[in-house]
Amino acid sequence: MNRIHYLFNNKQERVLSIYFTAGFPHLEDTIPVMEAIQAGGADIIEIGVPYSDPIADGPTIQDSNKIALENGMSMKKLFEQLRGFRAKINLPVVLMGYLNPIIQFGMEEFCKKCKEVGIDGLIVPDLPMQQYLDEYKSLFEEYGLVNTFLISPQTSEKRIREIDENTDGFIYMVSSHSITGAKSGISAEQIAYFKRVQEMNLKNPRLIGFGISDSETFTTASKYSNGAIIGSAFIKKIKDSKNQSQDIKDYIQAVIN
Amino acid sequence: MIRVDEKGFYGRFGGAYIPEMLHPNVEELKENYEAIIATPEFQQEFRMLLRDYVGRPTPLYLAQRLSEKYGAKIYLKREDLCHTGAHKVNNTIGQIILAKKLGKKRVIAETGAGQHGVATATVCALMGMDCTVYMGELDIERQRPNVERMKILGAKVVAATSGSKTLKDATNEAMRQWINNPVDTHYIIGSVVGPHPYPEMVARFQSVISEEMKWQLKEKEGRENPDLVIACVGGGSNAAGAFYHYYNTPEVRLVAAEAAGLGISSGKSAATTVLGTPGILHGSKTILMQTEDGQVVEPHSISAGLDYPGIGPVHAHLFDIGRAEFVAVEDEDAMKAGIELSRLEGIIPAIESAHAIHALNMIEYQKDDVIVINLSGRGDKDLETYIKWGGY
Repeated sequence: MNRIHYLFNNKQERVLSIYFTAGFPHLEDTIPVMEAIQAGGADIIEIGVPYSDPIADGPTIQDSNKIALENGMSMKKLFEQLRGFRAKINLPVVLMGYLNPIIQFGMEEFCKKCKEVGIDGLIVPDLPMQQYLDEYKSLFEEYGLVNTFLISPQTSEKRIREIDENTDGFIYMVSSHSITGAKSGISAEQIAYFKRVQEMNLKNPRLIGFGISDSETFTTASKYSNGAIIGSAFIKKIKDSKNQSQDIKDYIQAVIN
Repeated sequence: MIRVDEKGFYGRFGGAYIPEMLHPNVEELKENYEAIIATPEFQQEFRMLLRDYVGRPTPLYLAQRLSEKYGAKIYLKREDLCHTGAHKVNNTIGQIILAKKLGKKRVIAETGAGQHGVATATVCALMGMDCTVYMGELDIERQRPNVERMKILGAKVVAATSGSKTLKDATNEAMRQWINNPVDTHYIIGSVVGPHPYPEMVARFQSVISEEMKWQLKEKEGRENPDLVIACVGGGSNAAGAFYHYYNTPEVRLVAAEAAGLGISSGKSAATTVLGTPGILHGSKTILMQTEDGQVVEPHSISAGLDYPGIGPVHAHLFDIGRAEFVAVEDEDAMKAGIELSRLEGIIPAIESAHAIHALNMIEYQKDDVIVINLSGRGDKDLETYIKWGGY
């Protein structure tokens, strides 16, 4: 069974997903960071594949992408690092990457490698639903990869229903009109949007991301969804950490409790 | 037939590879732009402004001394005489009227050398719209006069500080800001790049160039079709405009001059069709310069307007099917061509357009061929570069 399905079958509340950029802050940090995220008590690990032009990301993640690339991270290198990680990590793992590096690697080869190393799902922010359905859906399914779509406050009800129909993992709710890391805190307007989507009774679980940074925002987001995703705030935490593994565990504990 | 299909593709290039957060904006544009620009009100305002404000039609000038030197009948399409100094304003006029009809209150734009930024700031001043232009931090240093022009016109200029701090990063930043302001803001893209419907929409606004060429040639030569059309290509908006009404007239040769920078194999080049491979850049499938790993490579050209790692999807298609011939012109040759045109015709061209002039040395043609070179912009903005280069 896909680990994402297994997770949501067993847990529907306060699911915490942590995003980090592979190869950041140091090239060989990928696996140690994943181990610490698991030890800290998060539920999903989202690995960002660094890209030179991440148009949906704010300055913090742009910066982590740039540093990771300078460190020598690449798709090939990432799959080398991930070989055998399932001996240590049992959480669901999702790869988040922009489309161009994936199609240069080869979509089928990419899906095959994902399955080989034990990846459960994908988030490709610049792969629109129609292109996914037309070109890649059957490949994703063949290799047992769950695809995740984003929705935003601007997404129409009709389109949210279509997205819900074409997903069987979770829906990534972008919390506001924003790129990653742009805002902190949750406004009344955002809560109205969370409620609106909550009341749609979608078949897929929903995780709220963008602007989630601490226990308070995590708790608020979880009230209106199945949990939340933390990215930029986590990247900031590990950027200058001297005691990475402990700092990660402490941070996640502080968010959950 | 060369034309965009329903999904926004030219052959295998194009489409709209954008984050879901941009979907409503792009969809709104896609659903409305054709209907809006087909209305008599739009056409009337667009045509009136092109005539009375931009100064169209721009002359089609028979360049006698240039013709003598190259042994062909060479016409220059004088886009350099447009208000603001280049063809860019044809597109911004179209998009600002569209933005108004869509009920938008703010405009954002990206710019490299600043020509599109100035053209956008100009039409925003004209229409009383709030205007923010994103520009690479490096370009802000290199193109100070255009930065000040935009500010005089009332626009806000914001530095893009990520990546290489040039045009591609300014484009990324403008897209991010559009994500952050989806409801009241229109994004005026300056070239035939970006997600569908931008490439086709921008090409249609620029197609006035070849529309005029046809009747002007008819008047002067007794035929609408030249033997060759030559234009420079960065993203490719002036080339798309000059080629547009000849796409499906195969007897007209289309020649695109790319920037080879310091040379194709120097590592400092912007010759996309030579060095690039298919992939995705700024929301469309096209040909771009990238590493084996799919990371976008930093281009180089002495002309900021050609300093872009991709080309518009329509040009990728024209290249793919062999409809257009591509030549790659080095910095040094373009500068010399700029001086040559200045001395032969008394016209100092933009360095972008000088690439198209030099293409005459790189292609075969017959002695009595009628050649139209799209002189996309004037050289005023490039004086600093001419002075620094010094070879005159």
